[in-house]
Amino acid sequence: MSETIMTVDDSASIRQMVSFTLKQAGYTVVEAVDGQDALSKLQTTTVQMIITDLNMPNLDGIGLIRAVRANPAHRFVPIVMLTTESQAEKKLEGKDAGATGWIVKPFKPDQLLAVIRKVLG
Amino acid sequence: MDQHETVFREEAYELLTELESSLLELENNPADNELISKIFRAMHTIKGSGSMFGFDKVATFTHDIETVYDLLRNGKITANKELITITLSSCDQIRRMIDGTDEVESGKAEKLTLAFKEFLLSAKDKPGNNEPPKAQEEELMPLEPADKKVTYRIRFKPHADIFARGTNTTPLLTELRRMGVCKLMAQTDAVPELDLLNPESCYIYWDIMLTTSRGINAIKDVFIFVEDDCELTIEAVDEGSIGESNEYKRLGEILIERGDVSRDVVEKMMADHEKIGEKLVAEGIVAADKIQSALAEQQHIQEIREKTKATDSGATIRVPAKRLDRLVNMVGELVTVQSRLSQLAAQVSDADLILVAEEVERLTAELRDNTMSIRMMPIGNTFSNFKRLVRDLSEELGKQINLVTEGAETELDKTVIEKLNDPLIHLIRNSIDHGIELPAAREQKGKPKSGTLRLTAEHAGAHVLIAIIDDGAGLDPEAIRRKAIERNVISADDNLTEKELFALIFAPGFSMAKTITNVSGRGVGMDVVKKGIEGLNGTIVIESKINAGTTITLKLPLTMAIIDGLLVRIAESFFVLPLSSIEECVELTREDVAQSHGRNIVHIRGEVVPYIPLRERFGINGGCPAIEQVIINRVGEERFGLVVDQVIGQHQTVIKNLGNFYRQIKEVSGATILGDGTVALIIDITQLVAGAVADAP
Repeated sequence: MSETIMTVDDSASIRQMVSFTLKQAGYTVVEAVDGQDALSKLQTTTVQMIITDLNMPNLDGIGLIRAVRANPAHRFVPIVMLTTESQAEKKLEGKDAGATGWIVKPFKPDQLLAVIRKVLG
Repeated sequence: MDQHETVFREEAYELLTELESSLLELENNPADNELISKIFRAMHTIKGSGSMFGFDKVATFTHDIETVYDLLRNGKITANKELITITLSSCDQIRRMIDGTDEVESGKAEKLTLAFKEFLLSAKDKPGNNEPPKAQEEELMPLEPADKKVTYRIRFKPHADIFARGTNTTPLLTELRRMGVCKLMAQTDAVPELDLLNPESCYIYWDIMLTTSRGINAIKDVFIFVEDDCELTIEAVDEGSIGESNEYKRLGEILIERGDVSRDVVEKMMADHEKIGEKLVAEGIVAADKIQSALAEQQHIQEIREKTKATDSGATIRVPAKRLDRLVNMVGELVTVQSRLSQLAAQVSDADLILVAEEVERLTAELRDNTMSIRMMPIGNTFSNFKRLVRDLSEELGKQINLVTEGAETELDKTVIEKLNDPLIHLIRNSIDHGIELPAAREQKGKPKSGTLRLTAEHAGAHVLIAIIDDGAGLDPEAIRRKAIERNVISADDNLTEKELFALIFAPGFSMAKTITNVSGRGVGMDVVKKGIEGLNGTIVIESKINAGTTITLKLPLTMAIIDGLLVRIAESFFVLPLSSIEECVELTREDVAQSHGRNIVHIRGEVVPYIPLRERFGINGGCPAIEQVIINRVGEERFGLVVDQVIGQHQTVIKNLGNFYRQIKEVSGATILGDGTVALIIDITQLVAGAVADAP
């Protein structure tokens, strides 16, 4: 049974790239366009991991992480955030909110998969 | 990636349009934070996606703009007309970059970047914006030489709430294990009593010994996500240099270094000359786990050092097999000469000579064992060849099969290994084709979808046992019986045991396959396997249970160069019979011969066993003694007696080939030279029996 990973990003190209890479590696992918969309999709689908962008309209990445952690059902779901090198303080904020790890943009498909293996096993 | 590129372009155009309208709006409402965030987000996305899809120019260019808008967003600077103007022309520049037409106006990007920097400078000059320059984050780490193996002692102590961030510790430890030789020791001394235990907290921590050439930064990378959520110490404890000995630090030293116990305590204990580990535990100063962990560190380093030493001195030399054969031959002759010397010394009974003879005997034995071991090779190479075979075959037949090998390090004579290859291939093919069922059939039987084929090798005295074990359908004795009757291999009223029935699958032309596949089913193969194994002086045993699987065990001598034999005498000639097939020796008197009325049979505990009088068979003249000896051999499932004049005793012999001239003599597989220089022929019992049966009236 393949694990389901949710990718949350307002940029269609990043979403496409992430989900393409994940599907190639045999994971099932659920896409969400922002934090709000992610939360509503989480109510109906079970995911084993979330990869989220930080800067998004409606509900940003930090907000999403907080909301996900507040739900007992998702307390232990690994969440990886996509950041850029200029967002060192965002990284900390994300960790405080409960993020498991991060990936620095830009990244290559291999790096993405390495991080997934690191948190998902 | 082309498809991704198109998506990126479309998205970028959209974002640029959105950016433009936001910028124009900002001109009217310079303090609208929502608007600034929107602009920042758009820039950020363009930058992020751009770098991902190879638009590096876009990414670098946008980065500078983004920095400015980040300051704007945080209220460090305020927007003005100048900023909006350069941002708008930057938008045009980005569009050109994406289109690939930016080369037309070279230098434009640089000019714009400069404009942003100037804007920043002028904005920063204003009071309140004096931010200290950020320290360079990058630390320069000394580079480890790539192939240098260093051993690290790592203590990874996650905070109790580590799971709350969705962290799973197992993948981290797995990642470490992949980096090199790794020993993990889970420490449980912090686990509280059950009533205090919070199942969502992590109480366990790990002491890890890791030997890797990847350097300390690679180890830190493993823990990069959790470095703030754990106590992590990484120390290099062994640089991999080889000292005079394999001795590593004492237990006490390790405990002090780890901070598990203070130096004073250790010194006090040492003064008592007692086993420090036991004492520390007994007195409750250090938990038993920690002692175990420190001991494991000692062991780990010692193993690594030994391995390094082994590889250092493990340089190999390729030698033509011919030279080795000559060496083996010469050692064989030396053994013969040595035993003559020993005999002579015993006859002369000169104390000095006996002393020398004994010395020579010891050295020769050592030399012989050493020479034999040169020819030994691990069977692992052969095993790994089968991985491909299993993979291809299972694919072809639509089966899912895992190949598990055990005992790959078991050593066997090179010639034995070479001759073993074909029989093993046949047996593996058979197991895959007939043994392991199709995934659907396996599921119906409640077995896991993918079957397991185990290939094991182990030493058992002077023999090696190789087993091919599958968890497939197993052999059905009744089906074999029906098939055997159908093929006239046995008659309908033959009463055979299960073992005898299983042995039938080795009969020539016997096949259990319902249809002939590419893989097997033509009925050649299994009898070839049997012949091959018997040619190696080996035996085959089959055990099987319906729906549980089949185990085929091959018992092979360690080497072909030496056999354990029984030395016998007929008149003045000596013969050696391979001990492997001999079951017992019984006496044959004139009366026994008379009672059997000219049929060559003896009664052994109620069983009738036919025998071959070797004196007759080999045409040796002279009358036989009053009491002869019958040596009972088991050839396959049959028992045969061989009659000789006298059994002299067990004899380990070096086999020498007879030379081409005598090649057509099948009954004799070789010769050996006895202690007194006499030649003894080594009898190939299988061939002898086959010949005798063929010649029988």
